[in-house]
Amino acid sequence: MKNISKRFGGVLALDSVDFEMEKGEVHCLVGENGSGKSTLIKIISGIHSPDPGGEIYVDGRRISHQKSSNSVREGIQVIYQDLSLFPNLTVAENIAISSRVETGSRLMNWKETEKEAVRTMKKIGVSLDTRREVSQLSIAERQIVAICRAINANARLVIMDEPTASLSKNEVQSLIKVINELQNREIATLFVSHKLDEIMAVAQRVTVLRDGKKVGVFDASELTRQKLSYLMTGKEFEYSKLPPYSGDEVVLEVRKLSRTDNYKDIDLKVHKGEIVCITGLMGSGRTEFVLSLFGMNPPDDGEILLEGKRINPRSALAAMRAGIAYVPEDRLQHGLVMEQSVSKNIVLTFLKRILSKIRLLSKVKERTEVRRWVDELSIKIPSVDSPVNTLSGGNQQRVVIAKWLAINPKVLILDSPTVGIDVAAKDSIYKIVRELAAEGISIIMITDEAEEAIYHSNTTYIMSAGRIVGKYNSSELTEKELYEKINGQ
Amino acid sequence: MRRSTDSNSVLRKAFGKSEFYLLLVIVVVSLFFTIMKPSFLTFTNIYGMVESNSFLAIMAAGVLVVLISGGIDISFTAIATVAQYVMATIVIHWGGNMFLAFAIGGVVGIALGFINALLIYFLKTPPIIVTIATMNLFYGLLIFISGGTWIYGFPMWFMERNLVRFGDNPGITIPILVLVISFILTWLILKHTALGRNIYAVGGNQEAARRVGISVLKTQLFVYCYMGFLAGIASTVQANMMLTVAPNALMGRELEVLAAVVLGGASLAGGTGSILGTILGFGLIVIVQNGLTLLGISSYWHKVFVGAIIVISVGITAYQRKLRERKGAIINVEE
Amino acid sequence: MSKSDTKRGILSKNSEIFSLGVILAILVLLFSLALPGKFLRPSNLQSMAFQLPELGVLAFAMMITMLTGGINLSIISSANLSGIIMAMILTRNVTPNMGGSELGWIVFLAILAGMSISLIVGLANGVIIAYIGISPILATLGTMTLLEGISLVITRGYVISGLPRSLLVIGNGTFLGVPVPMFILIAVAIAVAILLNKTRLGLSTYMIGSNIKATGFSGINTNKVIILVYMISGLLAGIASLIMIARFNSAKAGYGSSYLLVTVLVSVLGGINPNGGFGKVSGVFLGLVLLQVISSGLNLLGISQFLTLALWGALLLGVEALRLARRRVR
Repeated sequence: MKNISKRFGGVLALDSVDFEMEKGEVHCLVGENGSGKSTLIKIISGIHSPDPGGEIYVDGRRISHQKSSNSVREGIQVIYQDLSLFPNLTVAENIAISSRVETGSRLMNWKETEKEAVRTMKKIGVSLDTRREVSQLSIAERQIVAICRAINANARLVIMDEPTASLSKNEVQSLIKVINELQNREIATLFVSHKLDEIMAVAQRVTVLRDGKKVGVFDASELTRQKLSYLMTGKEFEYSKLPPYSGDEVVLEVRKLSRTDNYKDIDLKVHKGEIVCITGLMGSGRTEFVLSLFGMNPPDDGEILLEGKRINPRSALAAMRAGIAYVPEDRLQHGLVMEQSVSKNIVLTFLKRILSKIRLLSKVKERTEVRRWVDELSIKIPSVDSPVNTLSGGNQQRVVIAKWLAINPKVLILDSPTVGIDVAAKDSIYKIVRELAAEGISIIMITDEAEEAIYHSNTTYIMSAGRIVGKYNSSELTEKELYEKINGQ
Repeated sequence: MRRSTDSNSVLRKAFGKSEFYLLLVIVVVSLFFTIMKPSFLTFTNIYGMVESNSFLAIMAAGVLVVLISGGIDISFTAIATVAQYVMATIVIHWGGNMFLAFAIGGVVGIALGFINALLIYFLKTPPIIVTIATMNLFYGLLIFISGGTWIYGFPMWFMERNLVRFGDNPGITIPILVLVISFILTWLILKHTALGRNIYAVGGNQEAARRVGISVLKTQLFVYCYMGFLAGIASTVQANMMLTVAPNALMGRELEVLAAVVLGGASLAGGTGSILGTILGFGLIVIVQNGLTLLGISSYWHKVFVGAIIVISVGITAYQRKLRERKGAIINVEE
Repeated sequence: MSKSDTKRGILSKNSEIFSLGVILAILVLLFSLALPGKFLRPSNLQSMAFQLPELGVLAFAMMITMLTGGINLSIISSANLSGIIMAMILTRNVTPNMGGSELGWIVFLAILAGMSISLIVGLANGVIIAYIGISPILATLGTMTLLEGISLVITRGYVISGLPRSLLVIGNGTFLGVPVPMFILIAVAIAVAILLNKTRLGLSTYMIGSNIKATGFSGINTNKVIILVYMISGLLAGIASLIMIARFNSAKAGYGSSYLLVTVLVSVLGGINPNGGFGKVSGVFLGLVLLQVISSGLNLLGISQFLTLALWGALLLGVEALRLARRRVR
């Protein structure tokens, strides 16, 4: 692709970008939110067409991409982050569906569908039960189905959007194997990601975009995390490790907390102003455990002590009254009510405080409180009545934090707070977290990234299969060590 | 992977499906009724049950298809009423034959269904709201234009119901034939045509369907036109049985039909449902009503029973689903 | 027109409501021109004001459940059952020579019984929807069928009539020329508006309608809110039934079944988003008046009520098309 530009209204999403891939190459496209990478992908897959002056060549032939069906015919298949699967249909049907629609056949040939599915799975060395409904598959299995569908549609280039976002370490390994198989079959892979370890494990070259411009193309081997984040943002983010926690004011103590089929015998201590990180493989019980602290998943056994007093929250409200706040992992689905206003979202956690004397909601009090938090956290909004879904990602995150800080929590639980957030926004979150800790709020942070644990917490706990298997001062760990411990090596 | 061919896992698979439990309940209930009133399990009775409910059953097949696509249609009884009026007027004034009668009914139904489809696709309003509006629109206009008169006086050939007789017993009548054809046709479409599979796809994940190249518009057009078609056909069947056309005779039972189809496993969210399930769900309700009548229980109690069945069975399904979506995953905790 | 320009400036926030108001004004104008002297006559206005409230209160009963993203198909049958129970108590226990306070006591008990029934129905609906997880369409469909059945069993299809005269005032009396039912409707509208805009329950209702999970994660007891919403919906249905039996001096099963879909029509017309989270009392009220004006106007013009039905359907589709166009422009 040469000289690709794209303007949407007043915004120049892409500015004279050149991009190229070789047959069977594994290439990674990185960039912050707003760097133009999604626009570039959309142009490659034919959803948008480039502004005049831009040229696209496949196999040296000039292509005009007016419709996405053109790019499909050229063998370009996109796997979106939601995988675009049909949960109510079988694996076989899901795999074969693109080609079935493409060939335009009127009748449904079940036998042929089965055969096609099995054949395609063999090509990349996987095998799943073709008769199972996709709704019953794990995320990793679903991804395999999505990839199979792309292959079945005679893909020569498979584009994947953040493929490893919800995968465990083992599943990532399997995915990498599949990508290698694709390579063997001379099917090129382009994926969008920013997880350096995965990029390095599988990509040959990396194209970095920033603010709509191409920063450069690099061999994966010559990149380090520092270099990559510098290339993506143009800034250096240096973090110094946090010292081990000193001081002995215990705010939250958990003793032998257990819940059947979730976790067992959890012992944990959090001090005032301490940042505690809980890490581990997916499915180790971390979220289940913290939800118990938040009253939404009451434990069967053990004790929770807050400032020395035993508490037993059996609802979110009870936990909030005790002083525990929880920011859910999925910000969009569970953290905010997207269609409603900033104001309504913020006050939702402390409605009691904005009641007037006759126990009705006081508009004045509501406005005052909301203004206060908007100013304190520098949330950029046109008006407090703007729906939250009109805000940028970073500002949305601040609204989330505002609504929780507003209840004066003693303990703030953050569940994977930086997933899917670009480097600059991550940085501001880390800053906020350190500030809150300095003010005396205790933080419990669940994370999957070793770097996050090491650089942004005082203490790290490792959970595995529902138990705590390690507790360390974060500053004493190295990334390699932590990875090994998490994976039980 | 081991294929589930051995008998053990066939049985296990059967247990997992809701149709199995429905069948079980039907068997139990039928047994109960048969014990109480042996005349329940006679050919005449069963035949009568099927025939008198054929009108609603045919439309239930249409509702099934609509639900699978992720939509809903409340206007089908209004469509049936309009189709019936038009068909009766034409047939009585200008004559014709049975085939023509059904054709007219079907065409009118398709036309009205077409309107539904266009409105739903282009207005982007939830189908339930659109079809509530079109229900009022179709029915209101019909009565206004026709004056709400009853129609009698069908030609002789229209009155013939039986196609094949087996001695003295009623043989294959038109209602039964049309019912069977409708169900088989619907089954074929859903299971063995690309269009049918597209309906399931659109119902399962509309955005994904669009991405793999399925025309959501064409699919929805088919779905609502098919519903209209079946409504039109069903109304002709009804006219054939009743030999009169009355303005509000067909209205008011939409939600019952919907409930029966959902009972049979279709979901309001779309993507699931089968003809077998619909037959079973509809069948259960019909059997219960028939049995209660035979037992001499006043028809006033019928609604109570039907309502209870709906709540209980849907409740069980919903509760099971809720249990499956528990907040915490099941983690194999190390001992 | 300069008038609408200034209106637009003041009401730009509530442009939806404004558009409805404009449509209403136009319709009133048209009908007044078509029926000079007849449409705006006090007796016609009064007759409209008599017919409006029972549908109106029911529309509010439907509206609040739609705000949570649900629907309440059982409001009519719940109202009927309440009406039947109230009518039964009144007709069986009231003798012609009853004294004032004794009569008042019976009336009070009857009303209490009626309201309790609909509250219990609302509780049942709420529990089924919140705790068992049945979708609102199916849950209220089930209760609707059950209640219709119970009503039929109790009344055997007969009409119960012959209510004490003092009760009929509620449905047929006027105060200062305004029908009593209208006062009830306005009181209900104000109460619901306060509930939705000024209470925690109201705010929670809107938030649940948009995203129930996130609301739950924010500490709101969503089960409790849903149950309360359906209970209030039931209560409103009960109030509507009081107006109905008082107006018609009778109660029977299956009355007003055509109202059900009309309440949905009115709500959506009035701006209630069927997926939940948005909609105001003022919108629904305007929608109500709009429908009533069309109905009365066409009635006076001698046009069949069926055409009115058709027009209501067309109106809803037309308003939705307008909304779509407005969204596109923006």
